[in-house]
Amino acid sequence: MLRLDGVTAEYEAGRRALDGVDLDVADHETVCVLGPSGSGKSTLLRVVAGLHTPRTGRVVLSGHDQDGVPPHRREVGLMFQDHQLFPQRDVGGNVAFGLRMRGTGRREARTRVAGLLALVGLPGAERRPVAALSGGEQQRVALARALAPRPRLLMLDEPLGQLDRGLRERLVVELSALFRELRTTVLAVTHDQGEAFVLADRVVVMNEGRIAQTGTPLEVWQRPASEFVARFLGFDNVVAATVQGAVADTPWGKLPVEDGTPPGACRLLVRPAGVRLTAPEDGLRCRVEARTFRGGDAASVTLLLRPADGPRLEASCSLREAPANGAEVGAAFDGRDVIRLGAG
Amino acid sequence: MDVARREVVPERAPAGGAFTTGPGGGAPAAGRPRRTRRGGGAALPLALLALPVAFFGVFFAYPVAAIVARGLRTDAGRWHFGRLADVLAATDTAQVLWFTVWQAAASTALTLALGLPAAYVFARLDFPGRQLLRAVVTVPFVLPTVVVGSAFLALLGRGGLLEEWAGLRLDTSVWAILLAHVFINYSVVVRTVGGLWAQLDPRQEEAARVLGASRLGAWRRVTLPALAPSVGAAALIVFLFTFTSFGVIQVLGGPRYATLEVEIYRQTAALLDLPTAAVLTLVQFAAVGTLLALHARTVSRRRAALSMVDAASVARRPRGRAQWTLLCGVLTVTALLVLVPLAVLTARSFDGPDGWGLANYRALGEVSGSATFTVPPLDAVGNSLAYAAIATLIALAAGGLAAAALTVRTSGGAAGALVRGFDSLLMLPLGTSAVTVGFGFLIALDEPPLDLRSSWMIVPVAQALVGVPFVIRTMLPVLRAVDVRLREAAAVLGASPLRAWREVDLPLVRRALLVAAGFAFAVSLGEFGATVFIARPDAPTLPVAVARFLGRAGEVNYGQAMAMSTLLMLVCAATLLVLERLRPHSQGEF
Amino acid sequence: MSRMNKHVLRAAAAATTVLALAGGLAACGGQGQSDEAGGKTVTLVTHDSFAVSKPVLKKFTQRTGYTVKVLRGGDAGAAVNQAVLNKGNPQGDVFFGVDNTLLSRALDKGVFAPYKAGGLAHVPAKLQLDRDRHRVTPVDTGEICVNYDRAWFDAHDEKPPRTLEDLTDARYKDLLVTPNAATSSPGLGFLLAAVDEYGAKGWKGYWKKLRANGVEVVDGWEQAYNDRFSGSAGGKGKGDRPLVVSYASSPPAEVLGKKPLPDRAPTGIAERTCFRQTEFAGLLEGARNTEGGKALLDYMLGRTFQEDMPLQMFVEPAREDAELPEVFTKYGGSPKDPAAMDPGVIDAHREEWIDAWTSLVVK
Repeated sequence: MLRLDGVTAEYEAGRRALDGVDLDVADHETVCVLGPSGSGKSTLLRVVAGLHTPRTGRVVLSGHDQDGVPPHRREVGLMFQDHQLFPQRDVGGNVAFGLRMRGTGRREARTRVAGLLALVGLPGAERRPVAALSGGEQQRVALARALAPRPRLLMLDEPLGQLDRGLRERLVVELSALFRELRTTVLAVTHDQGEAFVLADRVVVMNEGRIAQTGTPLEVWQRPASEFVARFLGFDNVVAATVQGAVADTPWGKLPVEDGTPPGACRLLVRPAGVRLTAPEDGLRCRVEARTFRGGDAASVTLLLRPADGPRLEASCSLREAPANGAEVGAAFDGRDVIRLGAG
Repeated sequence: MDVARREVVPERAPAGGAFTTGPGGGAPAAGRPRRTRRGGGAALPLALLALPVAFFGVFFAYPVAAIVARGLRTDAGRWHFGRLADVLAATDTAQVLWFTVWQAAASTALTLALGLPAAYVFARLDFPGRQLLRAVVTVPFVLPTVVVGSAFLALLGRGGLLEEWAGLRLDTSVWAILLAHVFINYSVVVRTVGGLWAQLDPRQEEAARVLGASRLGAWRRVTLPALAPSVGAAALIVFLFTFTSFGVIQVLGGPRYATLEVEIYRQTAALLDLPTAAVLTLVQFAAVGTLLALHARTVSRRRAALSMVDAASVARRPRGRAQWTLLCGVLTVTALLVLVPLAVLTARSFDGPDGWGLANYRALGEVSGSATFTVPPLDAVGNSLAYAAIATLIALAAGGLAAAALTVRTSGGAAGALVRGFDSLLMLPLGTSAVTVGFGFLIALDEPPLDLRSSWMIVPVAQALVGVPFVIRTMLPVLRAVDVRLREAAAVLGASPLRAWREVDLPLVRRALLVAAGFAFAVSLGEFGATVFIARPDAPTLPVAVARFLGRAGEVNYGQAMAMSTLLMLVCAATLLVLERLRPHSQGEF
Repeated sequence: MSRMNKHVLRAAAAATTVLALAGGLAACGGQGQSDEAGGKTVTLVTHDSFAVSKPVLKKFTQRTGYTVKVLRGGDAGAAVNQAVLNKGNPQGDVFFGVDNTLLSRALDKGVFAPYKAGGLAHVPAKLQLDRDRHRVTPVDTGEICVNYDRAWFDAHDEKPPRTLEDLTDARYKDLLVTPNAATSSPGLGFLLAAVDEYGAKGWKGYWKKLRANGVEVVDGWEQAYNDRFSGSAGGKGKGDRPLVVSYASSPPAEVLGKKPLPDRAPTGIAERTCFRQTEFAGLLEGARNTEGGKALLDYMLGRTFQEDMPLQMFVEPAREDAELPEVFTKYGGSPKDPAAMDPGVIDAHREEWIDAWTSLVVK
């Protein structure tokens, strides 16, 4: 459906936004582009939509090179970060806009608008002025507007970015269900990994205009390709190490690694789940510095441990087992959660 | 440009402020990322500016340069700058310059003193007839100065109302000039400052009160700093208009008082002493240029983020004795200063040869009688409307494109500076003597294909020169507030660029466009200076017809002049009232 | 260049086209007019006070086939100066409205081409100031005189003044108002009347006396007459100066339009305070339609035009045999020995006199 070949783009002369990006999105696939702000992910969408002209590289949609095709002929949908609803039109006018541009008959358009508003949970909202909508409602209208002309590719720029957390978590599930139901091809951009992991068939992590890693959410979560990806996913237990056989030499002492880990000097990720608490004398001796409670059903606690030597260490444990602040504990490591990171 | 025009051109702000809320209701200045065009060089703005630059160059810069150059060259074609020193050294020049400066300063101070309380009242207090009154106080701004002068003489002069009531005469004193300047520029302060005041969030002041500030203290620390830039801008505009005052000084100043503008007129039109006129024109340019630079700085400073609310939500019925007193005071001042002179004019128009009645108006429709015209004088109404309509189109095209160019963000550099400089440059016609432009047209536009000297086109073109600054000032803030991404959203949804402009931009700027058009129209309608100096086919405009009637003896002529002034007043007031209804959320400076 | 840029550019292109078209139209208009100028249109350049009745213009077209296009540009002084600036490449074919105070400037600058208009024989020789070369043709004449308000003098049981000398009399203290000689043509005429009467040396002494007697100077004729003068109907009697410098034709103008006509005009003129102002017309040097211009000059000196003028412009015809309308003969005064000064002398001294007068009277 969509292919990018070596796309390079600049914000303005000399400031690179995209740097040789290659990307494929298959039909009916939902791909989430994940990355910190300034990583070029919004520009990626703008390039696909034709709102930003790349310096080099090709954008191919359904097998056709889009070079020189203006945005209004690309038949893609783009939902803007802050929705950009037309302030002078009501809800129905906004949703029907794309249909009008395509010359859809009035009656057909009316039916479709009604259907879409029902789909996004705002049945009968046609006559409401957009200024009177709440943030969540605006988001739904923007989605309906983008979907109305049946774009071959729907792109979402931080679709839930401005909403509060509870709403976001609810909407993201709805969106995910909706996309599966409509079998729409979706390219979404977000900085929130939670969102990406719920929505995406595939995740693309970007860093400074380059793709740092591609894979299913699980792959990326389990095997971050680089220290950047690991840290972006929220893992902070990253240290320098030297791998020799099944053991890695780290500031925290010798840690077990999985079989087949290539030897040599590298960066090493220790997932907090792989840090087990023991009696102080049975493992790396640490003091509990802080405890953070993430909430939710997992009821897990992240502990910040301060070893005698080496950087601080994060460990997770269940709420019931969590030691008090200042307690002396020991840390043991599970080799399955100790991962050698790539250089990227 | 004009002489009389300036008087004719008020800073008409449908409400003021370059600040103001965006069309979507959010303050554009606040945190929201402003995504106007990213960098991208200055090619686009320069392309957009091509037309306004050509217009400005051909119809302003070139003629003015030609007439100044004619003055500074000997018949043999050599430059003689010695003249410059001679004229500058003359004591007369110093006297004229001194009078020009101090009367402008005094007029500005007086206008502010009387206008600021009015700005508050119109912004914050709700009373019946507020909208109508707001439109009415703007009428003097577009009245030709002959009419203003005449009204003030009737009021302050010998046998005038003031003498009848208080035995006082002010016509031979500077007071008459100052009061007439206040009369004309009152609305500049009311609209520019009041427009912002109406939208300042009163909760800010309330917050200060809660934090322990006294009422005055809160006003001084919170409101005043927020208003200061707009007060500064209004002051500069009033200063500019009074600095270049012509008609008022001519009528009320008597032979003793002359501004630079009057002197330029005398040297050019009466004495044909072009060298002296050229030097004085340069002096005036220098002064006006300085003022405009100051103005540009104030305007850019007031783009600071301010907490804005919808103007309609702020006005309240007056409460407490202080507010009632203020309201009554302002209404009294407004009545004395603005309504009474207008009423005197209107009353005189009904005072015919056979007593009160419509005789003067009836006479306007007839060719016979005193036959000052070869066409019925009432045709002047049609002429005025037609000229003003064409001038409006030209001003909209030139000003709209210039505003579009100024909206595009340039990445700096020489071209960017050029674009920004052009902004101020387009204001220059407001500060240039009409006789300079008119005579410049004569000697500059005398060769085909630009031999427009005797074409009817020259009148709307001259009028448009004055309309352009108003169009730019009105359109610019609104255009700046349209989010580029709305256009992008439309494009992605399948709208071609032109369609996107029609579907997105047009509805958003339509009101501003209408307001700009209305201003250009009203200004063109009242334009007198250039119109009278340009030899034109026999199609007098309203102000010219008024002047022609006033220039003749006899009761019938005088009565018709008053009737015609009243008509002009009504047309202007109607235009302004319509504008008042159309005021966009996002207003320009005027 | 992005989308938006392109569409704005397109709009710019469209607007440019529109304006270019408008400009083209205007240019074509100009072109067309010059074509016409060679043919059926004759262009008269004049000042704002010019007026002529429609039937009279129509008659000209019927007789000669030429249509008259009238261009007006400001007051008399401004119009003359515009003609001077445009000499050699004039805006029209005939200029009307240069008076004897400005004549020398126009003649010296070579604005006019010689043409002896028919009917000149009926014009008194004293009006023909360019008798030798006929570059200009006298068309009308009129006197600038002190006007008085009959009602005021009747009420105060006073006799109105007759001469310049009378005006310095204490009986007329604080009664006279005059327009500024520097900016108004009647003002200048009144100054010149004094110069003519008292000579280049004596006029200042006269004006000193006038000043001591409370003469008031205002900037324009409009204020002097409409606002200060007690006898003008326009001022509704609000002015309190019963003496004003105006025209000999002002009294008939006061009567015009009154129904029924009164027995006598509400104002009169002081007969020996007058300065003769003569207005000339001439063929412009470089005119495109010289033949039409000549025809127009002939017509302006013909009886039809000459007899139309008084009620149009409140001036007297230059032709002796033109009949004056009744309001003029009945209500007009008759100036005695109006001052008439050589235009060359006026031109040579105008600025000097005005400056001296300004510092004497105004400052």
